[in-house]
Amino acid sequence: MARYGMVIDTRKCVGCQDCVIACQAENNVPEGFCRDWITTESQGKFPTLQLEIRTERCNHCTDAPCVSCCPTGASHYHDVGGVVLVNHNECIGCKACISSCPYDARYIHPEGYVDKCTFCIHRVEKGQDPACVSVCPTHCMYFGDFDDPNSKVNKLLESRKHHSLIPEAGTKPNIYYLI
Amino acid sequence: MLEITTTRHNHMIDPILSVWGWEIPVYLFLGGMVAGMMLISGYFLFKGRYKETNCSCYYLPIMSLVLLSVGMFALFLDLEHKLYVWRLYTTFQVTSAMSWGSWILILVYPILLANMLMSPHKLIVEKVPIVKKWQEYLLSKPLLIKNLGVVTMFFGAGIGLYTGVLLSSLGARPLWSSAVLWLLFLISGLSGAAAFVHVIAKNVYERELLAKADNAFLIIELFIIALFIIGLKTATEVQAHAADLLLFGEFASSFWVFVIGIGIIIPLIIQLLAVNHKIHHTPIAPLLVIIGGLILRFIIVAAGQYSHWFALN
Repeated sequence: MARYGMVIDTRKCVGCQDCVIACQAENNVPEGFCRDWITTESQGKFPTLQLEIRTERCNHCTDAPCVSCCPTGASHYHDVGGVVLVNHNECIGCKACISSCPYDARYIHPEGYVDKCTFCIHRVEKGQDPACVSVCPTHCMYFGDFDDPNSKVNKLLESRKHHSLIPEAGTKPNIYYLI
Repeated sequence: MLEITTTRHNHMIDPILSVWGWEIPVYLFLGGMVAGMMLISGYFLFKGRYKETNCSCYYLPIMSLVLLSVGMFALFLDLEHKLYVWRLYTTFQVTSAMSWGSWILILVYPILLANMLMSPHKLIVEKVPIVKKWQEYLLSKPLLIKNLGVVTMFFGAGIGLYTGVLLSSLGARPLWSSAVLWLLFLISGLSGAAAFVHVIAKNVYERELLAKADNAFLIIELFIIALFIIGLKTATEVQAHAADLLLFGEFASSFWVFVIGIGIIIPLIIQLLAVNHKIHHTPIAPLLVIIGGLILRFIIVAAGQYSHWFALN
């Protein structure tokens, strides 16, 4: 059983938003919406300031609250890699999943269903990387299987300090940021 | 210094989550009212008060049916994919509070209809004569009526607590992450229903009883609100921040003025004076209780969406 996820090197990410545009083009994301985005976090006190630029999206959590709260089963774990997906034909647009996501990674598609990052599963199933990963000019994003001990993503986590987003929410996110 | 900027700009998500508008608070309020009315009506059936011809248990079920239907219509209006609403009833998702709620709401309808058999409308009896036989059968079985009262109370409590569980099961909103939210909504629903029945009751004994009961519910509600806030303040940092929204933050003025002041304290004082025969019973106090209950739902839903986790490095 695979568990797909991403490792993102925050020392390489420059916040160029190529990943955002690639996602919008690949997935026909409606105008004014985005499935991935850039967050810039600066903290500290001058002159010892710390800056982290990172590309964010749905964390495809292992214990996804959006899946457990869905009343119709539209939000589900895909058979391949445990990717969290929304079946558009089953979604009633109740928005419980949006309220349950600590990352605010979901939005309402103008056609009425809830939409979000799919890890470009249609590409992944053909052996390709997600669109955002494939276009990154600094190669800061890595996609792979966390259940494979020899995968590139696991090797990166072994070699570098890293963190995930809001681990205290208990959702077991599958995106890690190298620091 | 800590500064976070994001390029995300999704409608109704940024800058503040606002996916649930007026429909959900109205539905939660009406659901709570119906829950309270079912508890009161079921209690009267259980206690054998149906022997009094002007017992409110004869007209509360039809009122509950109407209010519940209005609430469910508000819920329907909130759906973004309205034509797919039937999907709720093709599955049962055991981990989803909303799935539980949809099925409970469907089960409540036959219970209310069974309650209405106690005194069916003349028109219905004329059109469907068999209803008269069912009524006679029901009225000839006091034990069955007692059991109907218990089932009505059980499902009434089910709706009332479900309206709170619906929110508190969504752990990403710190304000809703409280173990007493269901209790707050249940007692607030009971208080609103007691106020409502107090105004419309034809039976003097019931009117007096419900005014006294409402005073007890309002006092309990104050304690539960205190527990709710203390619970949040002593929990995680994000929950403490969420409690501050009600105590001193963006929602503080409306919370203190409309929910605590106008919705609980003032009607409590008026009703205490009324039950002690210092002043006459007035519909003002129950009206304030009902308005306070509605505003409580609006504030909890809005402030809950406002509250969030901090994705800090």
